[in-house]
Amino acid sequence: MYLPCPCCGWRDMREFTCIGAADYCDRPEADAPPEAWDNYLHLRDNPAGPARDLWYHAPCGTWLEVARDTVTHAVTGSTAVEEAG
Amino acid sequence: MKRRVTGGSALDRGRAVRFHFDGREMTGCRGDTLASALLANNVRLMGRSFKYHRPRGVLTAGSEEPNALVELKRDGTFHPNIRATLQELHSGLEARVQNCWPSVRHDVMAVNDLFAPFLSAGFYYKTFMWPRAFWERLYEPVIRRAAGLGRLPRAHDESLHERAFAFCDLLVIGSGPTGLMVALTAGRAGADVILAEEDRQMGGRLLSQAGQIDGQGAEDWVQGVLAELTALPNVRLMPRTSIFGTYDGGVFGALERVGQHLAEPGLAPRECYWRITARRAILASGALERPIAHPGNDRPGVMLLSAVASYWHRWAVDPGRVVVFGNNDHALASAQVLADQGMQIAAYIDPREDVAGDTPFPFHSGGEVVATRGRHGLREVTIRVRGRESRIACDTLALSGGWNPTLALTCHHGARPVWDEAIAAFVPRPGMVPGLEAAGAARGRFSIAACLADGVEAAQAALAELGLKAPDMVLPEAEDSAYALRPLWQVKAKGRAWLDFANDVTTKDVTLAAQEGFASVEHMKRYTTQGMAPDQGKSSNMGALAVLADATGGSIPETGTTTFRPPFVPVSIGALGAGAKGAGFRPERRTTSDAQARAMGAPMIEAGLWYRPSYFPQAGDADWRTACNRETGFVRQTVGVCDVSTLGKIAVQGPDAGRFLDFVYTGTMSRLAVGRVRYGLMLREDGHVMDDGTCARLNEHDYLVTTTTAAAGEVMQHLEFVQQAFCRGWQLRLASVTENWAQMAVAGPLAGEVLGHVLGEVPDLPFMGYCPVQIGAVAGRLFRISFSGEKGYELAVPARFGADLFRHLVALAEGLGGGAYGMEALNVLRIEKGFITHAEIDGRVTAFDLGMQGMMSSKKDFIGRAASQRPGLTGPERMQLVGLRPSDPQAGIAAGASLFQPDAPATAAHVEGHVTSACYSPTLGTWLGLALVVNGRARHGARLRLEDGLRGQRCEVSLCDPVFFDPEGGRMRD
Repeated sequence: MYLPCPCCGWRDMREFTCIGAADYCDRPEADAPPEAWDNYLHLRDNPAGPARDLWYHAPCGTWLEVARDTVTHAVTGSTAVEEAG
Repeated sequence: MKRRVTGGSALDRGRAVRFHFDGREMTGCRGDTLASALLANNVRLMGRSFKYHRPRGVLTAGSEEPNALVELKRDGTFHPNIRATLQELHSGLEARVQNCWPSVRHDVMAVNDLFAPFLSAGFYYKTFMWPRAFWERLYEPVIRRAAGLGRLPRAHDESLHERAFAFCDLLVIGSGPTGLMVALTAGRAGADVILAEEDRQMGGRLLSQAGQIDGQGAEDWVQGVLAELTALPNVRLMPRTSIFGTYDGGVFGALERVGQHLAEPGLAPRECYWRITARRAILASGALERPIAHPGNDRPGVMLLSAVASYWHRWAVDPGRVVVFGNNDHALASAQVLADQGMQIAAYIDPREDVAGDTPFPFHSGGEVVATRGRHGLREVTIRVRGRESRIACDTLALSGGWNPTLALTCHHGARPVWDEAIAAFVPRPGMVPGLEAAGAARGRFSIAACLADGVEAAQAALAELGLKAPDMVLPEAEDSAYALRPLWQVKAKGRAWLDFANDVTTKDVTLAAQEGFASVEHMKRYTTQGMAPDQGKSSNMGALAVLADATGGSIPETGTTTFRPPFVPVSIGALGAGAKGAGFRPERRTTSDAQARAMGAPMIEAGLWYRPSYFPQAGDADWRTACNRETGFVRQTVGVCDVSTLGKIAVQGPDAGRFLDFVYTGTMSRLAVGRVRYGLMLREDGHVMDDGTCARLNEHDYLVTTTTAAAGEVMQHLEFVQQAFCRGWQLRLASVTENWAQMAVAGPLAGEVLGHVLGEVPDLPFMGYCPVQIGAVAGRLFRISFSGEKGYELAVPARFGADLFRHLVALAEGLGGGAYGMEALNVLRIEKGFITHAEIDGRVTAFDLGMQGMMSSKKDFIGRAASQRPGLTGPERMQLVGLRPSDPQAGIAAGASLFQPDAPATAAHVEGHVTSACYSPTLGTWLGLALVVNGRARHGARLRLEDGLRGQRCEVSLCDPVFFDPEGGRMRD
């Protein structure tokens, strides 16, 4: 499996670490209600189909959001977290 | 060699090769496989079957072989389950049969065959039910001993394996007529091509038949194509290479046999595990002939017709008198060609009523083989033609039940193949694996002409996708006969008919499975073990599901196939793990003082990937604790030196660095004065402690964060995430500088004297102060921090000066009555002071648990703040950090022990806490421990019982403050 690093181009999967859904980038405000924090910390969708994952490319230190299909395993693109959202 | 005729395209007849089979010396030729050499020596009995221990001979001439699995003696050990059909002969080769005792001809376990009526599918689930307790103690061990194909060597596998990577535009899998045409077309177009072939020789089935291509012999045509491919610099030929799996992103797993066929492999590895990444791939793996399930079809001498032809043509093996039992036109044509070439065809039997042929041998249409005879090998078959039985004496029965496209690789991503009624076989659908398409016989195009044409077409399509221009290809002329068959999945007659030879599964077992409710193909497979042997049912799965369909009344496509999973051929764990044994298992990180520490005799212990000295032994030491006590004494009484370079060091620089650190630490770092250091705690976003360490402000916009050795990578990754996800546009940069600096702790009452020698004058640094220093011409950094509770410094220099600095500091310390100290002493020193490590920060611990709730700023947001205030993360029900002292100071305690109320039973429900760290303190003359105990802070003085079931320890301990030594901290401050 290969992933497109916004900094380095297509690289072997073994250079990356997957952290889970890209929802982790949507941090609630500090004073958000506990439900918002619970949702942020613990609750994730489990989509069959298009998904956005958070990956870390260790060699260059870039965090990226990868657009991927969990059914076909097709990787359709990626965005640096720094530039996303 | 009794059964060898002239010729043999694979053989070098001038080169005799001596080998041993089951202790008997035999002679073969260079170019033989073990199977062909055995057949040439008239050895048909090559092993015993799995369950009934029936005599078995070779069925096929390829990697799909279910029967001829042997043990190969090599490299001072042996390798089980080697396929004799794939193992090339070399001088001195030693092979043994498996699954028999005392010999293959007289196997005691063959008695199982007499009990066959009791050993049907699932017999052990039914038979060994009662009494219940017998299963674990008696039945299972006995069954385990009797079961299994082959045996494992007890020794470690020390044979060499290698791992390699390859990249190409187009991977061609298989080198038959299709594969050669694909490679030729793509090669001429300039594509970067890899042509992988499992066999030693390229050519596939063209090597095993006599046909003509383009007016020349098929083999000559193959040689011509290979000559052109070899001359093309953009084509790589990989013989002896099996592609065993397809993975995401055009990655293919491949296994190359590199040295196992060599008498003297030298440094050549046994096998090489390849990861091939291909932009496009074409599966030209051909098709596998299937046997016919008829009574007695497992006797040595019963082979596939294609295998008989291969052994005849490539290895000049005379099969003797041959009865051919086929249900298709290809079988009939083959028999005629073989007869023309001089093979003795005793009869041709075809279940089809409506076929006839003008053959030079007896032709029985509407016939079936209903029985075979011959104890250790075939002597005679019984045929039934329109109700009348007769016997034919023969040496070989050649079966042809039609052909199955070899499509497994197209199914590795989960897609299922489709049923093609015309050829009564499953074929792949396009697009089942992105970038991989099947061509030729692998998708049911069986004639040579069709394969050649399909190869060109497939290559053209791939080249178009690769953006390359396809060359004009002239199709060679070749045989283009039609292929017609009438499926015959089982001959209904008295007696056992085998489907899966390797696992001893008969048609009755499959029918029984259906009767007993295991009617889905996946259930049937597991109930009968059909297709679960090393050959993975390559020659039997199709037959089994056809029999299942018959038994359940469904059609074959309705019944469906089982799941195809990698690997397609057996792959040894040694090959998959090539390069990752011993020191190759993971990288080793060594400090600049590593050589010096080892030279001083220090045993090294792992800390993450790092190696650090455990202690520095001296002559006369009783044990490691003598050294540890001495080194602890250095620090408490004179001065000790320790390499602390393994701690993570992260430079955080820029105008927003302070603001950023405020966000990742619980405390406030932006108000730290330049030249000051602060202890800090980082939380995970879920409110638990991630790591602790120091943060120094080197300059206005220049901070240095230190982490623990173990968490350095995790913290760096975390900081980068926080910066990139939540601090967009902030002006700061992060860099790991762990390996740029060598850092030495100098600790103890005389630490200043040592530094005075190094620096000339010791800067007047307050506790938790920092200043840049000059050591001669070298710019260094001096921190006044302490992990020992003594007056201490850490002196950092660029890594290239680390070794010299360490040596120098140790010599100075020794001159003052101190010396180097290792991890054991470091651990004692920090436990005496109640300083925490990741033994305490175990991922479940909050700042509150550690008594550090005061370090959590209430004036700002920081990572983990919201979650750390959740109910349940603070309160008396939490396990909190405490110190432990045993009532008997000499009662040893160890980390991992559990703590109970004095009278409570030692069960999980009564655990009040556990010991996280423990040591003997030479300073205080007692054992000490740190522990996490429920409501521990409020229970100082309480007595608990410590139990360590693993080490058999049990003693009374009392809870106390975790800081045992110098609680006011005067020794490190003043």
